[in-house]
Amino acid sequence: MTTFLGMPATAPRGVGHLRGDQTFPQAAHDALGNSQLRRNLRHATTTIRGKSGKVIAELPDWQSLRDAGSAIKADVMARLPFLLEQLEEKVTAAGGVVHWAADANEANAIVTRLVQETGSSRVIKVKSMATQEIGLNEALEEAGITPVETDLAELIVQLGDDKPSHILVPAIHRNRSEIREIFLRAMPGVDPALTDDPPVLAAAARRYLRETFLSTKVAVSGANFAIAETGTLAVVESEGNGRMCLTLPDTLITVMGIEKVLPAWQDLEVFLQLLPRASTGERMNPYTTMWTGVTPGDGPQNFHLILLDNGRSAVLADTVGREALHCIRCSACLNVCPVYERTGGHAYGSVYPGPIGAVLSPQLTGVADNASLPYASSLCGACFDACPVKIDIPSLLVHLRNQVPHPAGERAAMAAAAYTMARPRLYANAQRAAKLARIVGRRGRGLPPPLSGWTAGRDLPEIPKQTFRDWWAARDSGVGER
Amino acid sequence: MSSRELILGRVRAALRDAPVVAEVPRDYRPAGRSADVEVLIDRLVDYKAEVHRVSEAEVAATVAELVGEGGAVLVPPGLPQAWRPAGAFADDDLAPDRIAAADAVLTAAAVAVAETGTIVLDASPDQGRRIITLLPDVHICVLRPEQVVAAVPDAVARLDPRRPLTWISGPSATSDIELNRVEGVHGPRHLHVLLLPG
Repeated sequence: MTTFLGMPATAPRGVGHLRGDQTFPQAAHDALGNSQLRRNLRHATTTIRGKSGKVIAELPDWQSLRDAGSAIKADVMARLPFLLEQLEEKVTAAGGVVHWAADANEANAIVTRLVQETGSSRVIKVKSMATQEIGLNEALEEAGITPVETDLAELIVQLGDDKPSHILVPAIHRNRSEIREIFLRAMPGVDPALTDDPPVLAAAARRYLRETFLSTKVAVSGANFAIAETGTLAVVESEGNGRMCLTLPDTLITVMGIEKVLPAWQDLEVFLQLLPRASTGERMNPYTTMWTGVTPGDGPQNFHLILLDNGRSAVLADTVGREALHCIRCSACLNVCPVYERTGGHAYGSVYPGPIGAVLSPQLTGVADNASLPYASSLCGACFDACPVKIDIPSLLVHLRNQVPHPAGERAAMAAAAYTMARPRLYANAQRAAKLARIVGRRGRGLPPPLSGWTAGRDLPEIPKQTFRDWWAARDSGVGER
Repeated sequence: MSSRELILGRVRAALRDAPVVAEVPRDYRPAGRSADVEVLIDRLVDYKAEVHRVSEAEVAATVAELVGEGGAVLVPPGLPQAWRPAGAFADDDLAPDRIAAADAVLTAAAVAVAETGTIVLDASPDQGRRIITLLPDVHICVLRPEQVVAAVPDAVARLDPRRPLTWISGPSATSDIELNRVEGVHGPRHLHVLLLPG
């Protein structure tokens, strides 16, 4: 037993939302048939690309900021044990309580216990990828605690009994008229005369949540950044629901992946320039809250910080793959990805969709549990260009493809091909056999089963009348075709 | 073994290759450039904040005019008396419903960032507890020109991380419906900035 302790571990099965029920090609097939979804996604991603490009162009030093962001994150990974201990020390000194959660089950149990200790049966939540990842809402509901999502898009997802499909805008797959229908159906006390005008929809959410904000004693949040040097946490948001959750309740519980720590206060000058411009395409997001432990008389008087592993140590153990932990969850890579734009986020099966999800999810779970995701890309490289911390996602995808376990049939075929190609005589015979097949068989673009899967998405090249070897052998005799 | 030891042990094991990291290149524009108030105004207006250039003596009257007759204006305990309109009430550990009932809140600020159109509050006595600038629907913020800095690095350098900080860029907004920015969700739906002369 002791030999296993301390070994990097992947995220456990049976809890959380890192694994889908279907492979990516199966799920994408369904999504591609939904023309409304594709219209919504195209509209939304086109809008955000335009906005983001415009505000990034305003900064003459954007590339230098990316270089700095990338280097700071590499430094964080290299010094992670020290930085986590420093963060713990500083948060504790400022009046917070630090907990460590090895996986989703432990994190859910800690949050549930902390909420139960307050006596509250309801928590307000500010949008957080980490709590989505660990399936916290389900765990709380199981314990009889009602989690209320307060981010507008998360609320749309929760009221619609739906799943998030984008890191930044979980309801990106819904347009305004669909949102209106969800509100009319599921929002208690909603005005039946509700229109689909976005300001009207936003006002409906404001009215619905105001009383909940004022009467709930516990909030759960994630964290965008945590500063080891000072113990300061930061949450970046737009609507003010974050400020409500981080300011009004008596108790605040923050769940944070261990990779989110930053060394120094000064490092925020880089990330507060990178994140909003890459993410929502704004010079700055409307609200950012920063707090260090507990401030007497201002905000929550009980602060708990939960540091979550849940597979991150396994990602860190891959010297190439660890770059995926640099992600600051801006979602720029989703917005530029031609695959994401067509399939949407649900096809990826994990709370982390798009290009970054295709490299992060398989590493958090172990590649075997998300084996189709490293192939969910055309390797066009747009994600690499868009990433504010310069994660080389295409190279990571190729790296992970090399780790994907292949089916026995495919392995046997590849081994046979390798054997044949290494032996010139066998290879020449095989080519002749292929030529024969051209004469005997009907011309087709697909292979017969069980190899038909390979040609379902690509054409089989036609076998030429003459092989290169035949042409080479015949070129002096005047027989060869030119 | 505690989870703390378990996680730290895993992380140390994951780093057995002992990655060496080069010094962080900080070739971006550093703190220290001079701030342009006109840029700040442009950015504030672009994000739907309203900017009023007034003298210090005109603050109280301007606030009264913005709030309208009989409007209840909440102020933090340390706000200069001269800025307070008649009938303003100071936060004295008020209950949330009293704060929410105010028609507007009037505060000072700690720093403003010209390049991003951002105002930062640091909960000093002239800005008050975080809750008072959150619940009222109108936030009026008085800014002195020497508080305006050029860009984000200048603001980070000036601020004290031990204080609770709120960075505000325009009124409450969302991009959650078709990724278009819509002003007005949970925070104040109106932000007025009163910019004092240098």
